[in-house]
Amino acid sequence: MFPRLVYESFRRQTRRKLLAGVAITLGVAVATAMIAVATDIGDKISRELRSYGANLLVTPQEDTLDVEIGGVNLKPPSDGAFLNEADLPKIRGTFWHHNIVGFSPMLPVNVKLGPGPDAQDATLLGTYFNKALSFGKDDFTTGVRITHPWWKVEGAWPDDNSRNVLVGERLATKLGKKPGDPMEASGRRLAISGILSTGGPEDDQIVAPLALAQEILGKPGAVRRLYVSALTKPEDALAVRDPKTMTPEVYDRWYCSPYVQSIAYQLQEVIPHSHAEQIRQVAQNEGTVLSRIKGLMLLVTLAALFASALAVSAAMATAIFERRVDVGLMKALGAGNFAVAALFFAEALLLALIGGVAGFAGGSLLAHQIGRSIFNSQISIEPVLFPIILAIAVFVTFAGSAAAIRRAVKFDPVFALRGEA
Amino acid sequence: MSASPNTVHSPEQVARRRALAPHTSMFLRMLIRAAVLRRGRAASALFAMVVAAAVATAMMNLYVDVQAKLRTEFRNYGANVVAVAKEGQSLPADALRKIDSTLDPKTLAVPFAYAVARTQDGQSVVVVGTDFTRARQLNRWWKVSHWPNDAPPRNPSAEVEPPAVTKPTAPKGRKNAAHGASRGLPAPTTPAPEGRQTEPVDALIGMRADSALNLDRKPFALTFQGRALNLNPVGLLQTGAGEDSRIYLDQSEFQSWTGIAPTTIEIAVNGSTQEIEHGIEQLAQILPAADVRPVRQIMEGEANVLNKTRATLYAAATLIVITAALCVLATLIGWVFDRRRDFAIMKALGASEGLVNGFFAAEAAALGVMGAVLGFGIGIGVAAWIGRVNFHAPVIPRFSVFPYVLAGSVLVALLSAVLPIGLLRRVQPAIILRGE
Repeated sequence: MFPRLVYESFRRQTRRKLLAGVAITLGVAVATAMIAVATDIGDKISRELRSYGANLLVTPQEDTLDVEIGGVNLKPPSDGAFLNEADLPKIRGTFWHHNIVGFSPMLPVNVKLGPGPDAQDATLLGTYFNKALSFGKDDFTTGVRITHPWWKVEGAWPDDNSRNVLVGERLATKLGKKPGDPMEASGRRLAISGILSTGGPEDDQIVAPLALAQEILGKPGAVRRLYVSALTKPEDALAVRDPKTMTPEVYDRWYCSPYVQSIAYQLQEVIPHSHAEQIRQVAQNEGTVLSRIKGLMLLVTLAALFASALAVSAAMATAIFERRVDVGLMKALGAGNFAVAALFFAEALLLALIGGVAGFAGGSLLAHQIGRSIFNSQISIEPVLFPIILAIAVFVTFAGSAAAIRRAVKFDPVFALRGEA
Repeated sequence: MSASPNTVHSPEQVARRRALAPHTSMFLRMLIRAAVLRRGRAASALFAMVVAAAVATAMMNLYVDVQAKLRTEFRNYGANVVAVAKEGQSLPADALRKIDSTLDPKTLAVPFAYAVARTQDGQSVVVVGTDFTRARQLNRWWKVSHWPNDAPPRNPSAEVEPPAVTKPTAPKGRKNAAHGASRGLPAPTTPAPEGRQTEPVDALIGMRADSALNLDRKPFALTFQGRALNLNPVGLLQTGAGEDSRIYLDQSEFQSWTGIAPTTIEIAVNGSTQEIEHGIEQLAQILPAADVRPVRQIMEGEANVLNKTRATLYAAATLIVITAALCVLATLIGWVFDRRRDFAIMKALGASEGLVNGFFAAEAAALGVMGAVLGFGIGIGVAAWIGRVNFHAPVIPRFSVFPYVLAGSVLVALLSAVLPIGLLRRVQPAIILRGE
């Protein structure tokens, strides 16, 4: 009898059940989408924060002091120590290589522009633009196009194996050069493939493939410094501890957390004679911005959950309130309060499950859309979210119905049947 | 009995006369009595309205205010504009004062002057003159063991100094440095007095400079174009970038030693991209001798992250507002349906279609207005709370949001009244009154 009551209730009141079902579906969809976005937002924003560029700088351990003002290097270029270019692909072998978005080696050399004694001095910066490298079976590309996303080129980016260069925008104005022009630097004929604008010291420099700078310097394989852009976890008390003073367990936990400090430590391990340091301007601020945005989304998600819970309970209350006459009839026929409540709860459960499944599907789609249109990437929905969402849907539907069911059960059947309730 | 309501009506003029006389007071009374008699239902409808309006207000407020809040956070990344003296020119002596007086008071400008000095064993090192108070505000990521302008230097060697000698160097600060810069320029090469060479000047030493020069926190001497200066390393600076290889001095000390005035001013301009661009134009006007450029790394990183956050928040706010409107719609439809008996009685007593519609519309509108006003107040509170919890600064109430919340609430309320009335109109009052 009980299943039949439920079944008939759904069959005969399709419109009202549909209304409540739609409300639950929408509420669950919004909740699912918001939870999915909020759990993924940290990852997404931390990737967006990489547009601030590298957060780690690797330098040779025994380096002499840099003497540099406004991007002009006053130190003799062959002075000091170098990193070995051959060691760089090993970065892909570190524990956190998935978190390393990219890296760019830099080698500044001093060049004389043009022939003759009135030649102008300039800095030529050798680097990777979008260099194809491989580590073991792992093929990847890296370079300034990934680590320095704010660099803009008018013309074309040079190929890493060519003798084409970029000329900084202010140097280009001074020399009157434009893309496609030839130029001479330290007796070598080069072609300008584009004009570079960075808003930094590179605007007064020539940026060339690394191999070219090494050739001018006469030191094959030499790299002065290495910029690494890595996805990191905001700093906490554990992050700033000195690994030498840690117990083995704490050390393991520290080593296996993507703190900027532990990534720096691992970079030092794979690149011999190197010193890796966080670029505090980028690394330190990342954490605050990230935690602010995450906190904001968390609070907004709570607001969304609250609003959808309210919408669901409002719809349920309305649906139940309209069935006073049924309650009166059931009670007149001898149904107890328990039986009436059980019927309503069974109906609510059914609605919650159907609405929950449909809402979860709709919410996943919504989250997917948000991820694609805003972040150009997938928002991953954890499968574990499904039972949680379903449980929340059932709980909210029950909670929303409870007050209405209590009132419905308390009706005097006489009033209900006379239509006076 | 299937008599159409129209035939029950008296001729039109009669109906109008009857409706007109007690109309206004009766109409109001009906509105009020309806709300008072069905307190529970009216309260739940109002509750839904208030919550929806509150959530909408909070989201809109947050959406407007959060950008400003996040921009302040982004200013922790430091300068987004830099003014560099053009080649062969120098910045005017009052550049800093001009910037302070022209631009928004929140703007932070820090002067830097550079020179290459030599240590006693002939190593070159870059020495920078700056204003420590300002640099500290601008470059919050600088990890400094002890700022030279902080009152008691912990370095014991500084305390050994006789107080009479340290006195001239002690009061250092923002004004002092700015004045020093402006005073120094007209007579650029004021050689250091003889006695000064024995009196160490407080300096901030970059991490790498410290280890490369083997300073060991003891006073040391630097020479610039033959003039020597004794430095007292009071603090270590760590940034992970170029600053680590330099030595920082107070601008006035630096200038009286080297005679070099600031060549670079790093500026943190607050506001949106347009405001920053406007700031750059202003700076270019007041500093014709300088090349004013945006720091693209900072500007574009900020714009990128901010746009993404704003878009996400916008999507979330839209979803939440829609859900809240839905909640109101569901509740109000139930409420109006519930009152089909009132509807039927009014019609049976000869109320015109327009009057009944007007009655329900007025009821809905009143509910919408009340909900909007109450909800707006609560929503402002919620937004302020979120601001306090997350940004440690309350979100400023935006009253410009109110008209939108009000219009939205009334619209949703009217919509949810009109929908069920449209359905009820097709039903005969008699059928409703018979309880079918």
